[in-house]
Amino acid sequence: MKNIIEVKNISFKYPEQSEIFKDLSFEIKRGEWTAIIGQNGSGKSTIAKLIDGLYQPMSGEIFVDDLLVNEENINKIHKKIGLVFQNPDDQFVGATVEDDVAFGLENQLMSTDEMHTIVEKSLKSVNMWEYRERVPESLSGGQKQRVAIAGIIALAPQIIILDESTSMLDPLGRKDIIDLIYRLKQELNLTVISITHDIDEAALADRIMILNQGQLVEATDPNDMFSNEDKLLELGLDVPYTVKLMDALRQQGLDVPHRYMDEGELVKWITQLK
Amino acid sequence: MIMSNFIFGRYLPGNSWIHKMSPQAKLLISFFFVLVIFLANNLISYAMLIVLILATIVLSGISISFFIKGIRPLLWLIIFTVLLQILFSSGGTPIFKWGIFSITDQSLINGGYIFIRFLLIIMMSTVLMLTTSPLALADGIQTLLKPLKRLHFPVDTLALMLSIALRFVPTLMDETQTIMNAQRARGVDFGSGSIKHRIKVAVPLLIPLFTGAITHAENLSTAMEARGFTDSEHRSKYRIYKWQKRDTISFLVYILVAVLVILVRK
Repeated sequence: MKNIIEVKNISFKYPEQSEIFKDLSFEIKRGEWTAIIGQNGSGKSTIAKLIDGLYQPMSGEIFVDDLLVNEENINKIHKKIGLVFQNPDDQFVGATVEDDVAFGLENQLMSTDEMHTIVEKSLKSVNMWEYRERVPESLSGGQKQRVAIAGIIALAPQIIILDESTSMLDPLGRKDIIDLIYRLKQELNLTVISITHDIDEAALADRIMILNQGQLVEATDPNDMFSNEDKLLELGLDVPYTVKLMDALRQQGLDVPHRYMDEGELVKWITQLK
Repeated sequence: MIMSNFIFGRYLPGNSWIHKMSPQAKLLISFFFVLVIFLANNLISYAMLIVLILATIVLSGISISFFIKGIRPLLWLIIFTVLLQILFSSGGTPIFKWGIFSITDQSLINGGYIFIRFLLIIMMSTVLMLTTSPLALADGIQTLLKPLKRLHFPVDTLALMLSIALRFVPTLMDETQTIMNAQRARGVDFGSGSIKHRIKVAVPLLIPLFTGAITHAENLSTAMEARGFTDSEHRSKYRIYKWQKRDTISFLVYILVAVLVILVRK
């Protein structure tokens, strides 16, 4: 498969801070779901902003869909990438749900009629059409994130980057958003990069990359990583509840398989026990 | 929550003639009406304006109780102004005199007129607020200010700023409430004490609120940029409020009444 994102030897530092990345390179393939995990302050979110051209690297090059990320191409890059941020309130620009979805389209100087068609289509695809006249303060965090996703797919991007988009939601809201992204990825043939702390979200990915001391390392065996408590703690990730339960079951003398299982799988496995 | 209702709970969605009018027309008519109020100076002219505003209220399909609620916060201001007018105006036959205070038949009539003026202006602005969403109002202001664009006045930027500011009012109100609760849990008493004390306890409330607002602004600008925002002058519009036939008709009715007021005034 072809690479949609190519990061070549970039380095980056914030003013008056030490270098976060030095000579960082990685590729992301078209149509893949990649999870990027790492400790707080490891620069996970900075990667998203660098790819979208919101920050410029000190050296090195980034290509998105064969287009060099620079000042000149910035509008085309923004069109190819949709970013969903962490705080639901901080990305709600419009006064109502439909105005917010239209915001990106207005920036494209789209005609009013065309906008109305696309806003309706986008809101329906995230099941928020009935809420189109609502104001943000009457929506839950999860609903606001749905609206943010609608605003992004309205712009028909090829890549969606989730920058800890579910970290401020409750567990149900989290699952809901991840299921939605999963469905949209299939329907719209998207490439997804999820920057996350949530182990269940990372477990969904085709590929997991670990950001450690300014370098990205591909997790060669995600199953092994998820069931290794020390490694997870080292990465600043919480040990998943299912892993703790599996450990406890093992101590009771049960023969639990040595791979990561989410809640559904584990329940299924337990109910199959004789 | 109470504070956010005070600002936003006032808009009542509906489908009346007035609701369907474009916001720029409603704003223009409101300004025009306030001007006409100052032209009225006798009973017939005031009576005509009262009939006009009552007809407008009926057309808006909103219960009169909402209008009475609109007057309540301004009640003391009205009473104070009317009393000043009655007690200190000169001319006419004195009815009652005590020191510098004097009440004459003329001052009573003037007081009555001032009262009616207040009432008319409040009624009109209440109709405007109740039938127009804040967003539509921002849009109406933008349309009315369009001519200033020729003077390079950033009308579109101003409108976008206004709509974002309106959108963030409830968010910041909620945050204020959260911070207040957090400080109360640490034993801060916001409700009582001397003025000096109250200013002192406002500081730990304002500082987190300001830093929060700055963080919001920074994140929002990043999110806007990521969605292709470059500048506010090169954007199309999702909502378009066109000047309609009903706007022209409404304006003509108001102009007609204005002409009548000019004809019957002393």
